Amino acid sequence: MERDDLIVNDSYALNSHHSEEQGEKIRKNIWKVTGILTFLTTVEVLMGIYFKRSETFTWAMIKWSFIILTMVKAAYIVLVFMHLGDERSNLKKVIIAPYMLFIGYLIFIAISEGFGHLGNFNTLH
Amino acid sequence: MGGEATKAISKEVLWGGGRSPFSVSYGKMMMWYFLVSDALTFGGLLTAYGFVRASSTDSWPIGEQVFRSLPGLDGEYPLIYVALMTFILIVSSVTMVLAVEAGHRNDKSGVTRWLALTIIGGFFFLGSQAWEWSHFIHGSGGSFLLEESVTVTSDDGEVFNLTKGEPVFMDHHFGHLAEPWMEGQTNVSLVESTNGIKLIEVGEHSHEAELHALTLNKYVENESLVSGDEAMKLWNARSSTFAFGANMHDNEYAIQQAYANFFFFITGFHGFHVFSGVVINIIIFIMVIQGVFERRKHYEMVEKVGLYWHFIDLVWVFVFTFFYLV
Repeated sequence: MERDDLIVNDSYALNSHHSEEQGEKIRKNIWKVTGILTFLTTVEVLMGIYFKRSETFTWAMIKWSFIILTMVKAAYIVLVFMHLGDERSNLKKVIIAPYMLFIGYLIFIAISEGFGHLGNFNTLH
Repeated sequence: MGGEATKAISKEVLWGGGRSPFSVSYGKMMMWYFLVSDALTFGGLLTAYGFVRASSTDSWPIGEQVFRSLPGLDGEYPLIYVALMTFILIVSSVTMVLAVEAGHRNDKSGVTRWLALTIIGGFFFLGSQAWEWSHFIHGSGGSFLLEESVTVTSDDGEVFNLTKGEPVFMDHHFGHLAEPWMEGQTNVSLVESTNGIKLIEVGEHSHEAELHALTLNKYVENESLVSGDEAMKLWNARSSTFAFGANMHDNEYAIQQAYANFFFFITGFHGFHVFSGVVINIIIFIMVIQGVFERRKHYEMVEKVGLYWHFIDLVWVFVFTFFYLV
């Protein structure tokens, strides 16, 4: 089979080329995202150091903020650094859909099977 | 940005054959498919970690109490080292995306410069991980399990009713000599001192360590220091089960071995990805210098290895949250 990436002047690869002016705008965006990622990581670390786990209510909230901040970071990396945001929407869907299924499955399994250790396990049988 | 992907193409042409319906080349699409499956592997590992942790009846170690050392420093710096590793990986991801951007302008010297910095960042991360593993494996003092129930008062005045099998943690200096002493090495001996006991090592570099204090709950909630006579009570109630650092059978951090095994497997699997990423980056770097992509008139190969490199950063973001923070 012919390797399409070896084609000189391949249309898919060439079409992602851009000019010097566009490049300047893209680089500015990259540095902006770098700042955001660094800021979010710093916030996470400070929260991890500052908040204590014994305060149960606060800790549950902290835990969810960690997960939300992680999702925000992941979205920036995938959409900007990996350029998925610039791809066709059918490619985006093909890549994102398996994780929607995976997350749905995890939530289902955690709710339906995840309470075995909470003490009433033996009385179920 | 986007180019081909954002071009308006009618549905019939797009799916009618003769072109990629995703408007990306075969290689780039296959890299995405590989990353989708690889991310599911990491997802499985982190899910397994979560389920084992949730079903654990013993307290699970807390990230900021296990990982709080910096190379060459004595104090406590919770999470700082891991944060530094995260920052190194983010920065090397940025240099990679700048290399991709330079490639889109056919700027050979730009690609060379940014790719070189990416490789250096990768080596920095690998070095940091090597230190972290070494520190985790060697431990910070070791622990022993209690043989019998004992009641002690901590330095804060809190009373602990401890039962058989609970872990007690030694400090770095005492644990350093306790390990050869437990192994029965003849040059280390236990003697009475004015304040309790001490371990003495004789030989070329003779030194001694006094039992000043022991720690309870070192890696879980309610960490407490116990010193003086109360520490002696703990020492006298010890069993012969000591653990120093961590390996695949035994560890000082948790009663459950699963914690150490997950640390080795998850960070090890990620570290192997970083290693292979650095190797691939070096290969592509050499091809850039040789002018392979200049002749091909596009740097799509840099974009493809860039996807893999960003993916490694992406996985680390999740490992950082679910293994170290939560």
